[in-house]
Amino acid sequence: MTDAVVNSPAVKPRKMPPGPLEYLKRWPIQAWLVVVTIFLYAPLISMMVFSFNSTRSTTVWKGFSLKYYEQALHNDSLLVAFGNSLTIALFSTILSVVVGAMAAIVLWRFRFAGKTLFDGALAVPIVVPEICMGVGMLVFFAKVLPWPVGLPWPFNLGAIIIAHVSFSFPFVAVVVRARLGSFNRELEEAAKDLGASEFRALMDVVIPHIQPSLIAGALLAFTLSLDDFVITFFTAGPDTVTFPVKVYSMVRFSVTPEVNAASTILIVVTVLLTFLALKFQGSSALTAGHDGGAGEKK
Amino acid sequence: MEQSWRQAKSIFFTLLSAPLVWLVLFFMVPLGIVWLYSFGQNEGLVGIAFTGTWANYQNAFSPLYLNIFLKSFFIAGITTLLCLIIGFPVAMAITFAPERWKPWLLLLIMLPFWTNLLIRTYALIAVLRTKGFVNMGLETIHNGLNAVTGGAMGTFEPLMLLNNNFAVVFGLVFVNLPFMVLPLYSALDRLDRSLLEASLDLGAGHIRTLFNVIVPMAGAGIASGVLITFIPALGSYLTPDLLGGPDSQMIANVIESQFKRANNWPFGAALSFLLVYLTFIAIAIQGVFEARARRRTA
Repeated sequence: MTDAVVNSPAVKPRKMPPGPLEYLKRWPIQAWLVVVTIFLYAPLISMMVFSFNSTRSTTVWKGFSLKYYEQALHNDSLLVAFGNSLTIALFSTILSVVVGAMAAIVLWRFRFAGKTLFDGALAVPIVVPEICMGVGMLVFFAKVLPWPVGLPWPFNLGAIIIAHVSFSFPFVAVVVRARLGSFNRELEEAAKDLGASEFRALMDVVIPHIQPSLIAGALLAFTLSLDDFVITFFTAGPDTVTFPVKVYSMVRFSVTPEVNAASTILIVVTVLLTFLALKFQGSSALTAGHDGGAGEKK
Repeated sequence: MEQSWRQAKSIFFTLLSAPLVWLVLFFMVPLGIVWLYSFGQNEGLVGIAFTGTWANYQNAFSPLYLNIFLKSFFIAGITTLLCLIIGFPVAMAITFAPERWKPWLLLLIMLPFWTNLLIRTYALIAVLRTKGFVNMGLETIHNGLNAVTGGAMGTFEPLMLLNNNFAVVFGLVFVNLPFMVLPLYSALDRLDRSLLEASLDLGAGHIRTLFNVIVPMAGAGIASGVLITFIPALGSYLTPDLLGGPDSQMIANVIESQFKRANNWPFGAALSFLLVYLTFIAIAIQGVFEARARRRTA
């Protein structure tokens, strides 16, 4: 009975001391969260703010101006790099989703010799240091499969697209497998009982169920591809520069609001994509492959 | 129940083919060649002969490179420790936050993680450089104190925050913190809360509960957070490259210079594979921790 009195709206909730485990209500933890948030966001926000600065300085505010956006939008090599990045991300996403979903389904559905090995091998691209994968791609495209120079667009980007699929599709497989875990296999059996072939049952029953994870996986692959610097840096030739590689060379030369402007555009694109991914798969899309399996516990 | 692959051979092979071929051809083969190169030596300007020599590995263990390995270990270790100290209270706060806040708090931590690594690193340059935000803030405080005390503080000497090891650790903590918070959160979220409440009820303080109850129970999750932070930190290329000074080279930077400038691929390959082996050793150690934790709960 006393509980009901304490919880009734007549008593001001502020008078309740925080419960033993309500750490969020304790001020040291609150202060800590605020400091960490500032630490994580202040550099990015200040960088975005100074992209609107009217002088070359990226630290002293002199007034609002869009001239560095104008400059960035008239910088042809920057635009080409941006276009290359989007093209690469698009093709790498399509391939990663197809290949990743196939891997996820085959591992979820079948028993076969070497399954553990295949499963383990799929995790290797996720954990191997980027630099090692980068030099692997450099050597591969220099010695084994020299990518012809001067191919028409988009084939000139083929080497980078291949490299991006290699590190993206295992992530897609992780996301799709988490979703497959919640699939009721009896549905597929029912479809087969009712006369559907193996293939039809897969396409009409399993694929619709995993559709949200395909979209989330696609957005993940797109972001990974758009973000990658190290592996692209080793795979890209002089005529196949991507946005991050271009920004890198700009940063090496000088730090100007133009770089800030270009970066701000990319951040906005990525944040929008992240929100889309959240919309399609809830918070597990946010953490795909990096949460030690928490996404799969449901 | 999983199907045996014999029950639906054609669909099994169709599904398996693409991921398997991709993984082998565009991941295993490139890394395999790098592995072979690590036992080779330069021949002429472009040729590399596979001689089965261990000279590259011997060279990697010479004092100069051993030092860089140790330094990379040290920097990655400090980064991981700082991430753990900073990230643990954050993970605690998220775990015990009201259910409807959790996704938003997670998003708060993860959003910077989804923005481009290069851009995040670039954003730090404006914060840390001699005329950056930190020094500007310090100068304001300094001048304020001077105004009060009548110039007793002397002239302001800006702190050298960029292009040194401090900047590298700062940058690595900045970019890797989300890696740490997520696994910690997912481990803490699985804890049996009644045990924590019992500990607090029976008179243990929060700190004692932390070390005697939470840490032993969430040990495997903490280990996985440490691992997930340590591995990318150890192999990081961009942060030391952009924020570090001449003496902040880490393994990845040496690998890059061996492949690009020094053109000593066999030696770069040996360094790459040492880094891969270190990664696998770290994963194996974590696997041992996890198995031990599982045995304890079983």
